[in-house]
Formats: sequence, C-alpha cells, structure tokens
Amino acid sequence: MKKNSFWSSLYIAVIILALYLPIMVVVVLSFNGNTGRTAAMNFTGFSFYWYKGLFDPISGFGTQMLTSLEVAFWSVMISACLGTLGAVGMLRQKMRKAASERAVMKMTGIGEQLAMLPIMIPELILGIALMALFSLLKLPFGKMTLIFAHITFCTPYILITVKSRLSTLEPTLQEAARDLGASPAKAFATVTLPLAAPAILSGSLLAFAMSMDDFVISFFVNGAQTTTLPLKVYSSVKVGVTPQVNALCTVMLGAAFLVVAVGQLISALAEKRRADTTKKVQA
Amino acid sequence: MSEDTTLLSLRGLRKTFDTQEALNGLDLDVIRGEFLTLLGPSGCGKTTTLRIIAGLEMPTEGQVFLEGKDITLLPPEKREVNTVFQNYALFPHMNVAANIGYGLRMRKVPKADVLKRVDEMLRLVQLEGYGKRMPSQLSGGQRQRVAIARSAVLSPKLLLLDEPLGALDLQLRRQMQSELKKMQQQLGITFIYITHDQEEALNMSDRIALMRDGRFVQLDTPHNLYERPATAFAATFIGETNILDCTVVGISGEEVLLDMSGIAIPATTEDWVVPGQTLCLCIRAERLHYAKKSPEGFFLRGTFKGSHYAGSERTAEIELNTGHTLFSRQRTEQEETVLPGETVCLWWDRKTAGLVIDDREETT
Repeated sequence: MKKNSFWSSLYIAVIILALYLPIMVVVVLSFNGNTGRTAAMNFTGFSFYWYKGLFDPISGFGTQMLTSLEVAFWSVMISACLGTLGAVGMLRQKMRKAASERAVMKMTGIGEQLAMLPIMIPELILGIALMALFSLLKLPFGKMTLIFAHITFCTPYILITVKSRLSTLEPTLQEAARDLGASPAKAFATVTLPLAAPAILSGSLLAFAMSMDDFVISFFVNGAQTTTLPLKVYSSVKVGVTPQVNALCTVMLGAAFLVVAVGQLISALAEKRRADTTKKVQA
Repeated sequence: MSEDTTLLSLRGLRKTFDTQEALNGLDLDVIRGEFLTLLGPSGCGKTTTLRIIAGLEMPTEGQVFLEGKDITLLPPEKREVNTVFQNYALFPHMNVAANIGYGLRMRKVPKADVLKRVDEMLRLVQLEGYGKRMPSQLSGGQRQRVAIARSAVLSPKLLLLDEPLGALDLQLRRQMQSELKKMQQQLGITFIYITHDQEEALNMSDRIALMRDGRFVQLDTPHNLYERPATAFAATFIGETNILDCTVVGISGEEVLLDMSGIAIPATTEDWVVPGQTLCLCIRAERLHYAKKSPEGFFLRGTFKGSHYAGSERTAEIELNTGHTLFSRQRTEQEETVLPGETVCLWWDRKTAGLVIDDREETT
C-alpha cells in the first residue's frame, strides 16, 4: 500500500507540474516590473504595469474582448435554440420507434452523425469551407460571418449535452402532459424545457468557452474591422510573447476560475437544499 | 346495448406498424361505470388499443366514439380520457401537489380550487401531508397512487390504466388491487385496465376482454371466461388446464362421443359440434380427480409420475397409456399417498369439462 501511495503521489505531482507550471510562468511574468526589451525573460520586480495598458484603446485588447464576447454571446444563444430543438426532435423520432422501427432508427443514426460532423472534421477544413461559402454567397466578412461560423461548431456541443440529458428521462413524460390537457407547446414549456435546462446551461457554457477560444475558424471568416481576442493575441505574439499578453492570459484565467467556482457553488447549494428537504421530509 | 349505457365504442379498429399488423379490426363497447380489463400476452395489442383510446396513437382504420361522438381525430389534450402510465410518468421536477394539480392548471382552474381539489385527492389516495415531497422521495406504491390521483383529479369520463401494478412486488400488488377497485367504485369512473396477469384480471374486473394477435378472443365476465372459455387459447391462458385433442365420433342428443388416440371419451355437446370434427376437450387441473380406487361411471387409467407439493395443494402429473400427460391439482387435506409408477384412475364431472375449438397454433 505504502509503495503504491508513493508512486501514485509522484504521478499526480508530475501531472500537476506539467499542467500548471506553464500557466504559473505566465501568471508570474504578467507581474514583471521589467518594462524593457527583456521583459519576456527576466523577472526584475513586481508591478501592475502590464495590466494598466490592457484595455488601452490602441495598444490594448478591450475592443477585441468585446467583439469576442459579442460573437460568443449570439452564437451560443442561437446554438442553444438549435441544439435543444434538435435534441428534442431526435429523441421524439426515436420514441416513435414502435411506429416504424428500422427506417427511423437508421435515419436518426445518420442525423446524429451529421450533427456531430462540425466538431469531428478538422477545424482548418471547416474554416476554409466556411470562407469559401461566405464569399460565394457574397456575405460581408465581419461579425455576422463570425457568428454563423461559430454556430456551426457550437450547436453540436449543446445538442450532445441536451440529448444525453433528455435520454435519461421517461419518454412518456411528454405524453403524460398531453394526456393531462397540455397542448404540445405547453407540454414542451412545462415539462421538457425545465428538465433540459441544466443541460442547456452546461452545454452553453461549454460552447461559450469554445467560441471565446476559437482561433482557426475565426481566422478564415473574420472581417477587417472585426478581430476576436485569440486573433489579436496571435498577431501580437508574432513578435514574441509580451508581458501584456501574459497579463491578458492571467485575467482570462481568473475569469475562468471564477466561473467554475460560481458554478460549483450553485450546484453545491442546490445539492444542500435537496438534502435539506429530504431530511425535513423524513423527520 | 342502449346509447346511454355505452360510454366508449371502438369500431373496426385497425393499426399497422410498417407491415406489421398490431390491431386486426377491433369492435368493443364499454359500459359506463364498469371495470373492463384488456388481458393478453405481451405484444397482443392491448397497449396499442389503450394508446388509440387516449389519442396518443392514430388508428390506421376504424373509429373511436366517446358518448356517441367520434373522437378518432381529437388530440389527447382534448379528450375527456386520462391515462395512468405503466412507469407512472410523474414529472420529476414537480412535487406531489404540483403533479396532481398539473391537469387542473392546464385547464385554467382558479388557484384556490386547484389547492382544494389536490388536497381532497391526497386524502382519497391516503397521501395527506405528502404534497411537498418530490416523486423521487416516494416509494413505488406511493408513486402509483400519485399517478392515479393526477389523472383522477380531472374526473375523466374514462380512466385508462396500463399495467399500473407491473412494477410492484407481489404483496403490494395484492393490496393495491383491492385499493384500486375500491377507488374505482368511490370515484364512479369507468376503468379500462391492462394487465397480462390473469389472476389480477379475474380479481378486479367486471368484464375481461381477452386479446391475442390484435383481436379479441373472448369478451366476458371473469366467471364465464373461467367456466366457459371460448377457445383452447382462452382455456390455457387463464388457469391451469388440460387440453385433450379429440375427434368427434358421434352425437346423440346432449351427448357426444369423442376419440382421443383410441380412447373413447363421452362429453356434453355444443351446438357447433359436428361429427368428424377435431376439437379440444378442456378440463381444469383442479377439477380432474385421481385415486387408486376406480370410481363409478367413466374414468381413465394412467400412471402416476410425480407431484409438486405447494402447501394447501398438490399438482400431480399423470401419464395416460397414449403418452398424454395430464395435471391434476388436489387439496392436500385428505390426500391418499400415491407413489410414482402406481396406476391411478382419473375422472371428472362432465359439466366441468368444456369443448372448445383449437386455436393454439393460429397466427395472423
């Protein structure tokens, strides 16, 4: 046991080191007081210097951050609708398996594969394909093309999470609602949607992260005026990683941690509330 | 059947899935206030029938009438018919009270009335004080009661129950059977009940519709279904029955002489029996008697092969010299000790043995 525990501790230590050491380097260097040419290598003292210029209108990242947030927001909103409806529709088809089993099963099988395609084919190909399509349609490259492109790869993430959640539910719930007097829309709003909500939320968070993070596809479909954050970071590190990029990364890291922490907190609170009602009921 | 006693009528109901025929032309009249059971092996079409009545499935052909009105094309939410699903289908994100009140809210019943009627219903199903619990915090039997309350609170004209006791253990099942029957009488709602459990059907129903391959084999009271099965399938599906394959040798008045692999057996004839016909004689296991001493009148001889003891009863396996094996179930109070290999005499009261047509091998 003891021997095992030594090796497993070592293993975990190596993993953590490998994962977090690079991140630590970024965080530490972002506070570098060295404002000269060697700022990327030599740590000379602690300072917030690089953070001050972060949102400078000319040299900062403020506009790009806003563009990224805007693109991510709209593509996630639209993807959430598309993905949820898609998941509901696919499962409804499956439920009718009694109706005409084979044909429908085969069709949903193909449909599922097709829906997964955007996250399975290489990003590079998707990016080029989208660029070709948009220029064929003579769409002006800009926020709209970025949002369209992001929808293509955001939708599958939401679709998968919502579908796996819905498939754990009784397929008869919807029928029960109808049977009790709910119209199809009412049944969807009062039964399916509330039950799918946690999955829609977690799928959307994932898609949001993917959209904020995307470089390759955005690279092909962005316009001259619309640069997303990853594109801006890329262009600014062409000449070497500046401490300003480090500062930006640290800010984003902090934001990500914050989101995760809040998410955990919310689910922990929900769990606690559930446990409390159970206890109260049993008492 | 006059118009005002008939609640629901099915006329020529047919349902085809792909190329598979699920329902094969059903006609049925359900009487107001009755407890009707659809009984049959799995895959016989009973759930499909129920789903068509509920509006969850469209018939390929035929019509459904509720109080004389054609409701075949009406969506489920517009029918005064409610269903208790096999797996209860309680809404997991709503507490018990919200589940029971769901249908009332959909009907835009004022909030105060909803609360009042939900409370009444909770009392009726003996779940007072359980309103705030979530379905996941209930036992199987309690969930079952919530599911019934949720449908019954809408006072439907007809309540459809799809194997509602299927998921419960035997003891709870028995208890729920009598509770359900009591509830049905209290509410005065017509029940159409699905089960594949013959004992449950016999216990609870006013009438039983025995189904097979998308057709009704027999529609009758539990008593008639047991005492006078219409076909060999009906006889074997309900109760333990010995089926003797016979040929009609001759008919004289009330009596018919049958031939079973060379053994002549007398029986009481039916009006459809003709000489030369092959048919089945069925004798319920508990009405076939055996003893070492030969009785007066007609009897058969056989070899005692062995028996299964089950407390109050014992089922004996007896082989005739034609190779047929018959089962006889007797009370154990005053039984005679018979050892395997001994010869015994078999007899039965002629009134209890019925002639039926042989439909056991039939398929659609």
